[in-house]
Order: sequence, then structure tokens, then C-alpha cells
Amino acid sequence: MSGADILIKSLLAENVEVIFGYPGGKVIHIYDLLYECPIKHYLARHEQGAIHAADGYARSTGMVGVCIATSGPGATNLVTGLANAYMDSVPVVAFTGQVATSQIGKDSFQEADIKGITMPVTKHNYLVTDVNDLAKTIKDAFYIAKTGRPGPVLIDLPVDVVKAEAEYSYPAESDLPGYKPTYKGHSRQVKLAAEKINKAKKPVIFAGGGVIISEAAEELKELAWKGNIPVITSLMGLGSFPGDDQLSLGMPGMHGTRYANYAFCETDLIIAIGTRFDDRVTGRLDKFASQAEVIHIDIDPAEISKNVEILIPIVGDAKNIVRELLPLIKDKDRKEWLSQIDDWKKSHPLKYNNNADEILPQSVIESIYKITEGEALIVTEVGQHQMWAAQFYKYSKPRTFFSSGGLGTMGYGLPAAYGVQIGRPDKTVVNISGDGSFQMNLQELATISNYKIPVKTVILNNGTLGMVRQWQELFFEKRYSATMLDNPDFVKLAEAFGIFALRIVEKEDLLPALNKAFEYEGPVLLDIKVAQEENVFPMVPAGAGIKDMIGG
Amino acid sequence: MKHILSVTVLNQPGVLNRITGLFARRNFNIDSLNVGETEDPSYSRMTIVVKGNDQTLEQVKKQLHKLIDVIKITDLDQSNIVDRDLALIRVNCTREHRSEIIQIVDTFRGKVVDLSTDNVMIEATGTENKIEALIEVLKDFGIQDIVRTGIIALGRGQLLDK
Ligand SMILES: Cc1ncc(C[n+]2csc(CCOP(=O)(O)OP(=O)(O)O)c2C)c(N)n1
Repeated sequence: MSGADILIKSLLAENVEVIFGYPGGKVIHIYDLLYECPIKHYLARHEQGAIHAADGYARSTGMVGVCIATSGPGATNLVTGLANAYMDSVPVVAFTGQVATSQIGKDSFQEADIKGITMPVTKHNYLVTDVNDLAKTIKDAFYIAKTGRPGPVLIDLPVDVVKAEAEYSYPAESDLPGYKPTYKGHSRQVKLAAEKINKAKKPVIFAGGGVIISEAAEELKELAWKGNIPVITSLMGLGSFPGDDQLSLGMPGMHGTRYANYAFCETDLIIAIGTRFDDRVTGRLDKFASQAEVIHIDIDPAEISKNVEILIPIVGDAKNIVRELLPLIKDKDRKEWLSQIDDWKKSHPLKYNNNADEILPQSVIESIYKITEGEALIVTEVGQHQMWAAQFYKYSKPRTFFSSGGLGTMGYGLPAAYGVQIGRPDKTVVNISGDGSFQMNLQELATISNYKIPVKTVILNNGTLGMVRQWQELFFEKRYSATMLDNPDFVKLAEAFGIFALRIVEKEDLLPALNKAFEYEGPVLLDIKVAQEENVFPMVPAGAGIKDMIGG
Repeated sequence: MKHILSVTVLNQPGVLNRITGLFARRNFNIDSLNVGETEDPSYSRMTIVVKGNDQTLEQVKKQLHKLIDVIKITDLDQSNIVDRDLALIRVNCTREHRSEIIQIVDTFRGKVVDLSTDNVMIEATGTENKIEALIEVLKDFGIQDIVRTGIIALGRGQLLDK
């Protein structure tokens, strides 16, 4: 059969149900087979949309997201999406068309060296030059994408390879001599860690996205409750521990809670699970957690001691390791430490001015939390709204918060939101957006409209690139260079795409409008005019220690 | 601190690019890098010389390990290795200096591999130090060109298994 046939068969063997993509000359043979195929193809309106959607789908389901693009410009349009998935450890397999092998290297029409271009932003990538290697390559790509620390894998397919004939035989297993992820934690290290935890007076757990990926949320809860250990969750870790639990301290770092940052400053032991100590978390490294010893549980050995010095590293799968740890953990009440934390929580809560005349963005997030009873899946773009969505919505379960953490990609939210919704059709999916970010991939409204994907897009419209404007206000004497936006009419725009839309300007219209939007069965866009000069607080200025927060 | 890493990789297109790309992107400096097939043609061995403190080296090794095409990394114990650098050096050489230069080359156990009316080409192998010492002496005559392989190295008496 042809390479294209082998591709489709292989995808079916991997239980792929949906593909996001955009056609072109070099993938037309593949598209021909997608015409009648049990795999559902969603046509994005830009390849970046397709890969973010695949990323959202993967995050919401735990499965591998798949996307396809043509050669040259189609392929290069995937780069941001690959980098995004790479930074956040999302399993994605991307297929790109390529010019015929005889044309490679000749600057042929729509040729791009996508393997070369994407090496730094993929976990691994391939250029298939022999159709006989195709099935094995696909097997390996899926295996690499979803195992160990997940990540994106790209397969570049020259058009002659897609057309060439070969026997189909899908390998039962991958055997890659250079790739053997470690899943089991070293038992002596686990014992050492347990001893440290039992002795610690002021421990904190720092949970990251790895807890969600390894499905270790239940084990994490047990660990926290058994040892009475407060839990700080990174942006990527939101939802790994119930945000409304007494032991939850929310998010740390640049826009973290004061109490999370104070806890880091005072703790004597950090139990870090599946997190990479991003600079947005630690602030100035020499001022980060200076009293603390650190236990680090992570599947990626390269994360150990990359940024923060680690006393006890445990390489392996978080779920396995925490399970092993649990029986060794002593019940402790840790009264003093918890009461210290309660004091911080009481004296420095997240807050905003409830009495403002204008609609404040934080209140929109809180209202969405109330109306959806914390049950919605929240997707965000990047900016102030993203931070407010992290601060003011309480995530109680894994895979309920979806955001571009590592790369901070504006334009991620809208396509990711429909990917999330396709993965979880039973749930209400809300894309919390800024007016700037929304305009980065707004063409994806067409996809949402075409397939009637009931995503609720909520634009917190402050007429600015808010997060950058905030920095300009605080550190550049209000010189608002290139951050004031002259926006189109978002309601008319949505309507042009056939999407139901409402504009909310007055405070008293907010709740009724939100209710209407969430009752509505199809896709909705809300354009909410919010206070322009509202800032995200607390804030750790760039380069400062996390104790030195301003505001909030 | 200088470290000599012996890295076994799959012998496939693009692997060198992956390795050097990783060094560039992580801001690790390569002192020298050498690649060639091993006894098994499906693998290549790279000898990579890097400078850095323990922490940098740890990261270099771990990041290299993450590459799917990398099979094994050995940080060679420099007290127990054989290491060689190969150099080709073309030096100004008029008739009256010929015997003097040949004498120097002999002392360093090098070879004259090409000769013309006004220059000679010398091949020398040895440790980095030895090559550097030879170059230092030859400078007096005026060096026209040098090409060096950088270090290749193997541990003494031990197998570098895959
Ligand atoms: C693709 C991309 N370009 C630029 C930036 C830099 N950036 C970060 S936040 C931000 C402003 C976002 O504005 P908006 O989407 O309106 O959200 P707000 O901060 O106002 O809530 C910008 C420009 C980015 N993160 N991503």
C-alpha cells in the first residue's frame, strides 16, 4: 500500500480519533484518504491554530494530540506550537509534508528544512526518506511523545515517500537503544526523603505539571493530608491539588500569592514534585528558599539541580514515587507551621477593589467561578487575564486549567480551547482572553463556528496589552509605547463568523450576561469592557527575590 | 576544569547537528569535537572536550542524555586515558632551515609529509601539550597554516560499552 495508507493505518493503530490540520500540495495524498476515514479531521484556519488545538486536546485527555501541515509555510507555521508543547511537556505528534526527496536541498518551491528548524523545539524529529521506515517511525514517534517526560515529535514526509508503495506492518513495540525513561524511584532515595519529611518542621510540597501528567493527584492529596504539609502549585500544577483546600497556598512566584512566597522563604524542606523551578517561580535564585533543603521528584534527570540545588533527587514517575513514599510518612499535625501559614493567608489574601465603578477583571473570573461552580475547564491566553484566571478561579481537579506556561504564547487560548472541548465534550470550556491575545489567532473563530464547538470566549477587554502596559506603568514612567489598542468591534466580528456575542459595559449587566452565555448551548463570545489600569498584584519585580513583592 | 566526554551516538544524518545545536542553545562551549564511526558502523563515537564547573558538566551530560540518538556518555578519567591530537602544520622553510626543521620534527616524533621550495608540511600526533609545544617552536620560522583534529581519547584497558 502507499505511504499515505500506511500513515492512516498507523494512526488507527495508535487509536487516534481526531486530527487537526490544514491541507496543501505536499500532503494532498494524505488528505485524499482523510476524505473517508474514521479519524475526524478538524480544519483549522492557520497551522498554528491546528497545533495549539492538538496541544489542548492532549492536555485535556492525556492522549497524544495529532496535527498535520503541508511543507514550507505550513510546516514553519507549526514552530510556535511545537515550542509551546515542548516547554509545557505536551505529547503531540506533528506530520509535515515535504518536497520530494530528489528536490530536497534545492530551495524547491515550498521547501523548508523543518527537521533542522524544529530540532530545538521538539523532543525528537524525523525526516522519513524510505517508505519502508514509515510505520516504525510513527510507532517510535508516538512512543517518544507520550512516555518519559512527554513532548512534541515531528515527522517530515517527502511527497514521494507518501506516494511510494510498501508492505504495512506496524511494530508491536518501540525499541530505542538511547531512550529508556526511568519510572521507578530509587528506593533508598525514597527512604531518605521520607526521613527528611518526617523530621521537617516547616515543609511545603511544590507541585507542578508533572503531577497532572503522571496522574498523581490522589497520591499528592494523601501525602499532604497525612503529613499536614501545605501545597504550593506552579501555574502548570494548578488543579493537581484542590485550590480550596485548607492546605492549598495557590501559585508562587512573580504573580503568586504572598503566602506562597512567604512559605517558600521560611520553609525548611521543599518537596518538589514534577516541576522545573522556572525563573518566574524562583525570582532571584540566591534569595529563593534560602532556609530550605530540597527533595526533587521528577522524571527528567536534567531538571534535577538545573536551577536550584537539590539535596535528595528521585528520578522517576511521580505517581509511583509518591505511592512508595506514603507508607513511610508519619502523621504529624505541624500546628505551629500551619498556624503561621493561616496568619499569612488572613493578613495577605488575594484582593481587589470590590467597590470600583468599572468592571474589574478579577470579579469577572470570580463570577465565572461561581456560575460554573468551579466545574468548568478554563483555558487562557497570555497576559494579565491569565494571571487573574490563575489567581481567582479555584481549580480542584487535574486537567481543568490550560495555559501556555513555559513559552507564554499569546494566541494559544482560542485554538487550545476548542481542542480541549473536542477532548472533553461533556464539559463547559471557557477561554479567558485578553483583547490583544485574542487577535493573535482570532481566525480560529471560523473553526469553532464551522464545527459548532461550544467554547465560551470571554474577552477581558482593557484596550491595552495589559501585562506590558503594567510594566510600563511601574517601571517605565507610564510611557505606553505600543501597548494601547484600537480594537475592532469584537461583537460584530463574532457575528460575522456566525457566533453569538454580547458586549458588557456596565457592572450590573455582568452576571446576567454571564448566565446567558453559560446557558447558551453553542459557542459564545463575550466582550467585557474592564478597567484599563488594573494591575496584577502581588508582583515580584524582575530580578528581585520573591520576598520583595509589591502590591496586593 | 576541562572534561573529555566520550559519547556513543547512532550513526544517522542530523545527529551531529542535534549535539552541536544543544550546546549552542544551552550556552555550553565546546572546546573541540571529533566524530567517527566505531567498530560497529551503526554507531559513531564523539569525543567532546568541554570546559566548565561540575554543575555545568552535570547539565551537559544530562541534556546530552535526553537526546534520543545518544546511547552512552562517559566522562573520561583523565589520569587513565590515551588521548591524541593530530595536527598538520605548514611552515616557512627555505633551503638553509630544512635540516633544522627536520631535526625539530624528529624530536617531536612528527613527520614531514610535504616539501616545496619555500615550505614544509608536518604531521604530528600526540597529546594536546605536545602539539602545542611543537607549534611554539615552529613559530620562529613562520607558520603558514595549521589544522588540528582536537582531542580523541579512549580509557585505558576498559570497554566503552554501548
Ligand atoms: C506571541 C507573543 N507576543 C508577545 C508577547 C508579550 N506579551 C506578554 S503579555 C502581553 C500583553 C497581552 O495583552 P492582552 O492579551 O490584551 O492581555 P492583558 O494582559 O491585557 O490581560 C504581551 C504583548 C507574548 N507573550 N506572546
